[in-house]
Amino acid sequence: MEHAPSWLINSFIYLSAAVIAVPLSKALGLGSIIGYLAAGIAIGPWGLGLVTEVQDILHFAEFGVVLMLFLIGLELEPKRLWSLRRPIFGWGTAQVVGCAVVILLGAMAAGVPWRIALVAALGLALSSTAIALQVFGERNLLPTRSGQAGFSILLFQDVAAIPILALIPLLGSISEQNEALGYTAQALQALKTVAVIAGIVLGGRLLLRPLFRWIARSKTPEIFTAASLLLVVGIASLMLSVGLSMALGAFLAGVLLAESEYRRELETDIEPFKGLLLGLFFIAVGMSVDFGVLRQSPGLMALIVAGFLLAKLLVIYAIAKCMGVPFQERPVFTVLLAQGGEFAFVVFQTATAAHIFSNQTSSLLIGSVAVSMLVSPMLLLAIDKLLLPRLAQRGGNQLEEIAEQQEAPIIIAGFGRYGQIVGRTLQAQGLHATVLDHDADMVEAIRQFGFRVFYGDATRLDLLRLSGAATAKILVVAVDDKVQSLKIVDIAREHFPNLEIVARARDVPHWNELRDRGVLRVERELFESSLRSARSVLEILGYPPHEARQQAMRFRQHNFALFEQMYPHRKDRAKFIAVATEGRQQLEEQMAQERAQQALRRPKGWGK
Amino acid sequence: MLAAHPNWRASRVNQRLLAAARTLADGNLQLDVQDLYANYPDYAIDVAAEQARMEAADLLVLVHPIQWYSMPALQKLWFDEVLTYGWAFGAVSAETEEAAPTGAPGTALRGKALWLVVTTGGQEDSYHPESYNRYPFDAFLPPYAQTAALCGMHFLPPLVLHGAHSAGKQEVLDHIDLFRQRLQTYPHWTTR
Repeated sequence: MEHAPSWLINSFIYLSAAVIAVPLSKALGLGSIIGYLAAGIAIGPWGLGLVTEVQDILHFAEFGVVLMLFLIGLELEPKRLWSLRRPIFGWGTAQVVGCAVVILLGAMAAGVPWRIALVAALGLALSSTAIALQVFGERNLLPTRSGQAGFSILLFQDVAAIPILALIPLLGSISEQNEALGYTAQALQALKTVAVIAGIVLGGRLLLRPLFRWIARSKTPEIFTAASLLLVVGIASLMLSVGLSMALGAFLAGVLLAESEYRRELETDIEPFKGLLLGLFFIAVGMSVDFGVLRQSPGLMALIVAGFLLAKLLVIYAIAKCMGVPFQERPVFTVLLAQGGEFAFVVFQTATAAHIFSNQTSSLLIGSVAVSMLVSPMLLLAIDKLLLPRLAQRGGNQLEEIAEQQEAPIIIAGFGRYGQIVGRTLQAQGLHATVLDHDADMVEAIRQFGFRVFYGDATRLDLLRLSGAATAKILVVAVDDKVQSLKIVDIAREHFPNLEIVARARDVPHWNELRDRGVLRVERELFESSLRSARSVLEILGYPPHEARQQAMRFRQHNFALFEQMYPHRKDRAKFIAVATEGRQQLEEQMAQERAQQALRRPKGWGK
Repeated sequence: MLAAHPNWRASRVNQRLLAAARTLADGNLQLDVQDLYANYPDYAIDVAAEQARMEAADLLVLVHPIQWYSMPALQKLWFDEVLTYGWAFGAVSAETEEAAPTGAPGTALRGKALWLVVTTGGQEDSYHPESYNRYPFDAFLPPYAQTAALCGMHFLPPLVLHGAHSAGKQEVLDHIDLFRQRLQTYPHWTTR
């Protein structure tokens, strides 16, 4: 028999390990990441020993992190990024510096030389963006206070990794390499760095969109996917060539494209690659856990893990409190940020290369970070099973999840600005509704006004069932997050077909997607209030209020009809726009015609 | 047929008239039933659609309770907005006093018929010079009749049920039956 090439065998090993371990770990309630890590341990040199070239795989798999940051960038418009600058830089700095200082002091007290302690502290202060964001996402926490806070801090860490990496060679006692380069070379290097970043920003602004348009016109979907990947690979290697973080470059590119019309396509193209490569990354991390070091000095390793986790838990809990993260969300938030992160691996490897760390130290620290990644899902499990129920029970003032079956005929999911108006109108009619909201702050505030609102996530099937979805008549989906809104609708459609759905749409694509799911009673959240404002403008311009109302209502009617006309073409952008434009012109012509007719009628009219 | 009732839940007779008409429309009678307050709860009447509907019809049936000696507000709004100058009326030129030929502007309703099917709260004898309504019921009909006339429509004899709140069960059923029978036999009953 001919030998299969090694890459084929390796792919086979990786994929089968993942395919076996991940569903198993999910079934055990441990989440996918621990599954990948376990798979890595199993096939790595310390497990079955099926794969040995861990470093190569790790380098390749880092690309998963790069793709993830590109996707995060895509989600962030520059405007939103700017509005987040305070949490990002303020609290991000507090977290990194706070954690690093505490760990540094602890390590120095234990007698570790300061240089080693400093680099280790900086590396350990970072958290795993990949794990934390995935868990925030899995738990639907991204739109909440803790999700936003966590996101800001993680983003800062990704940026902070760059100066940390730059600091290491300076700290290295053997810096003759740099000196050999000389100042001119160093200045040249700095110039190159600036030039590359400027090039990415300018290129992203000016070139990418026309380029994508040109590629999209070829109508070859796989080439569009290839171009998306090419973009990320290209930027990553560009950044690498000037010694910057690949991930940061990809993030930058993502942000630059966040406003472009190709955002969604890029996202859907890259998403599958991201998932698999991230999985590979965690497998590689699992493989790189050096159990030899662990066996040699298990006590020391346990001490390091416990020590840095404890230090970070304390600092991050304090930060969470100051940032106003709700009480119930704090444990999860703290644990997620306390674990070590993927950048730590990079930092420690660099430190070893700069001869700050011995191989022994490096293995020990890398092992600790990997162990902390393994420990944190278990901590989360413990929080879910032990801590949160107790938190929920403690005192009457705590937020109640639904404990017993509710029976109101109406369920309102989301009790923010929108859901409240719906709920209060119903309440005024003496109608009862079961209200769910997953924003703890909001729930607490509303409680003070005497409303009975349950703290809970309406995308959870068990909660919906407890809310009485099986017997209720109407489900009002008033949450403001599109993804969650659609998820709730999907669950309701599948499990409670008896429910009539009344939904809030954020925008036209959301409206279309709700329609796709068969929801007929959809309101665009701003439409009616915007019409009111239009009436106000007409009134100020001198229209009698009644006529202003009439004109607004006519526009409304026309707009509804146009929506129905546009709906079938929602997938074909060009046609969609054509129908919209034509509809608008028609309305304008019709209105102009009527004004002319009215002018004609006025002198004659009723009196002869 | 236009049914207009601002408070269907309190209606005894009109909602049965509406239901009867709906049943007929579901059968083989060519009847376009429109519940005004249900279709235009915000009083935003789709004028173009209503005009198209009228152009397709021969007979306009108005079903509503008499309120303040006239029609419910939305029904009146329907008249105000749908029967526009140059479409429903205005065919007679002010200068010549001569009728325009059919098909000219302002003749959309010409030749069609208007049939009023109404209920009153007051008893028949309250519409009397000696009672609180002071005028016979027919004295309140000229606005309807003249509206029809200006648009060139035939004003058919109205079908009225007085004292709708207190009418006996059998009386209401008979009234509904008569209404149904008339709709089914139109246009022949008018000429009989």
